[in-house]
Amino acid sequence: MATKLKPTDVVVIGLGAAGGVAVLPLTQAGLDVVGLEAGTWLTRRDFAPDEIRNNVRDWPQSVQKAQQEVPTHRVNAKATPTRAGSHPMMNAVGGTTLHYWAQSWRLNPWDFKVVSETTKRYGASRLPAGSTVEDWPFGLDELEGYYDKVEYELGVSGQAGNLKGTIDPRGNIFEGPRARPYPMPPLRSTGFIDLMAAAARGLGWHPFAGPAAINSRTYHGRSACMYHGFCNKGGCHVDAKNGPHLTTIPRAQETGRLKVVTRAHVTSINTDDRGRVTGVTYVTDGQEFSQPAKAVLLASYTYENSRLLLLSKSKAFPNGLSNNQGQVGHHYFSHAQGAGVTALFPFNINAWYGLPAQGVGVDNFADDNYDHGALDYIGGGNLWVMSDRRPIAAASMGTFGRTPTWGKDWKAFIMANADRTNTAYIQKTTLPYEDNYLDLDPTVKDPLGFPVCRITADYRDNERKVTAHTQDKMAQWYKAAGAIATQANPLGTMGPTTHAYGGTRMGRNAETNVVDEWGFSHEVPNLGVLGASVMGTSGARNPTLTAQALAWRTAEYLAKKWKTVTV
Amino acid sequence: MTDDKKSGVSRRDLLKRAGMAGAAMTIPLTPVGGGDVAAAPPIAEAVTQAAPRREPIENLTAAEADLLEAICARIIPTDANGPGAREARAAHFIDRALGGALAASKPAYTAGFAAFDRYCRSSRGKPFLELSERDQDSVLIDVEIGAATGFQGSPAAFFAMVRTHTLQGTFGDPYYGGNANFVGWDLIGYPGVRTNVSADDQRLGAKLTPNHKSAYDTEMFTKATARNNRHDPTRDDGENGGLAPIIHSGDQRHGH
Repeated sequence: MATKLKPTDVVVIGLGAAGGVAVLPLTQAGLDVVGLEAGTWLTRRDFAPDEIRNNVRDWPQSVQKAQQEVPTHRVNAKATPTRAGSHPMMNAVGGTTLHYWAQSWRLNPWDFKVVSETTKRYGASRLPAGSTVEDWPFGLDELEGYYDKVEYELGVSGQAGNLKGTIDPRGNIFEGPRARPYPMPPLRSTGFIDLMAAAARGLGWHPFAGPAAINSRTYHGRSACMYHGFCNKGGCHVDAKNGPHLTTIPRAQETGRLKVVTRAHVTSINTDDRGRVTGVTYVTDGQEFSQPAKAVLLASYTYENSRLLLLSKSKAFPNGLSNNQGQVGHHYFSHAQGAGVTALFPFNINAWYGLPAQGVGVDNFADDNYDHGALDYIGGGNLWVMSDRRPIAAASMGTFGRTPTWGKDWKAFIMANADRTNTAYIQKTTLPYEDNYLDLDPTVKDPLGFPVCRITADYRDNERKVTAHTQDKMAQWYKAAGAIATQANPLGTMGPTTHAYGGTRMGRNAETNVVDEWGFSHEVPNLGVLGASVMGTSGARNPTLTAQALAWRTAEYLAKKWKTVTV
Repeated sequence: MTDDKKSGVSRRDLLKRAGMAGAAMTIPLTPVGGGDVAAAPPIAEAVTQAAPRREPIENLTAAEADLLEAICARIIPTDANGPGAREARAAHFIDRALGGALAASKPAYTAGFAAFDRYCRSSRGKPFLELSERDQDSVLIDVEIGAATGFQGSPAAFFAMVRTHTLQGTFGDPYYGGNANFVGWDLIGYPGVRTNVSADDQRLGAKLTPNHKSAYDTEMFTKATARNNRHDPTRDDGENGGLAPIIHSGDQRHGH
């Protein structure tokens, strides 16, 4: 029998990128908030520059709920599911922002209006067959103010490319207008990055320094980045990587209205006979607790958001919470972020240090920034070149067919070339499709006996065509910078990933979307959902800043409409 | 440091020196440059030098450890270009990890070694350690491409696993018992773990001096979390409030 706790105003499930941001506007508005986090606090002493621990093994070692509920994946409903050895995300106060790359992009204007813009420019028949993509219920202009709040509250470094409509070629000329510059200048460049930027300009492209939630200088009393090379899946040893655990959560705690509960494993969201949320049940150390609340914000990761809704069955919601329209789990997609390009240079590029966010981007082939008139697909990819390498990964480099992968000749090859290779990161437009979805696995369960999430999804022709085009452009860029060989890496499939979207999509149509334009359930007025699970398009860039801007907006709406939402 | 390590001598070392365990060989630690095989010292010369120091075996049998040493030494050979996996003590890294972070791979190693040994004897008429380097390589190619017979699972998967772990043991942080004397990092020119990197350090043509430091030479970093990759609530780590289990007692002696 669950121990019943004192009621609170709002329960936030998960204190990661999204939930960790939402607690600040809620508490600042005077609401009492209980933040339930499956992980623990970690400190910079836990963030050793250790490739084996960070990148080879399943760091971190503290409580990891996610690792016990790795989703299964099958490419279609007839395929046999497989299960990866580890979950791509981590549990901690701050969530995966502790070890993410911290690239903090705003989506571009086209990403909000894929259907209408495609129809206008190329005709409705250009929309890929079987895709369930919709326009967002609003445009970039609606989100601009929230992007701005998060950029300043957390601290994002970058170079504006469009300030109130004035284009600045030092930034991304394809971005939408912003009201003011980034709070910090971009991270510094390197010799190799300068070389690549010059090559892009030589091709007539528009290279720019990308945005990062990393301090390029001291910000809010915390250190600037040390560029030490272990940011990729590593925490920051000087607290220069700006997750909610360093920013919004401590500020919310200062209001005296946020209670952080760690190692809390939420097992259900509870409802009354009217179909309203009454609170949540969670387990910690084998003990069950019931936390009543007037409103619940679900802010775990995309897989767990759909899963917890599907597990939370009741009289009012026999197929899972907020699922009477059968939309929970639908419009799922894994970002097409594989299929990079690796280059070999005839000289050392000195890329032993740095970080994934220290680099140069090109958006000329992203979104609808180039004419698709003669093409048979939509969207594109952001080309990103960075200074990021560690020794095991370096020694594991491909050999471009020049030697075997072990032995004397291979050893000579890696000795000569370990510092002559670089792999670009290409994030590509990815769409939702009818037959791609999340549900509960019929056989695989977590240690508490609850089914894990099952992914049924694969890329389609549109993603493959974008991949081929962007890889060609990337190879062209590397060769313009002097590369003597390039290799296109495989796209993979839509398995568990750090960029997972959908399952609780946002939109005005209650028959095709789980949450409304404010992030609240169409079926349960006092249940909000945070995270990329509400996003209906991916754009060609990392989702975190958008998820955070949306989280702020949903939290602010809840505070403003408190009486209406919690009737 | 344990007594065994201080003396640098074990029963198996003695056997090796007596020539009973096959072609144990060491090459001078200084790279002599060039990739010319003719520059490598002949085995007869090599065996007169001190055998690489070996540590007590923790999880493998003596025969398995010898076989692993020999396989690692062909994956990243010691040659005219300098030290390889043997000097890095990659096999020691793997042996140690098989009792902890790589414990799940232990059955695959045990079964793989047995099949590997059987395949050597049946196809080449000798155990692996008695084959010439050329013949050792040909056996490894059979395993790598999946042509070797008698494996329970995929021989190619066994090879890929050993290769992956050999690279980890050669190029990973010395804290884990491999990359001894930083030979792996020197081999590929990695200048070492730093906690602060300047703009000048990142220019093209910068000449960085290897600092030969483990992550854990910086005292601020907690070591306990480096020991294992899985939380196991049934085990307790007195140093770290039970957050990370100790995988064995030998950790602190390793490194540099």
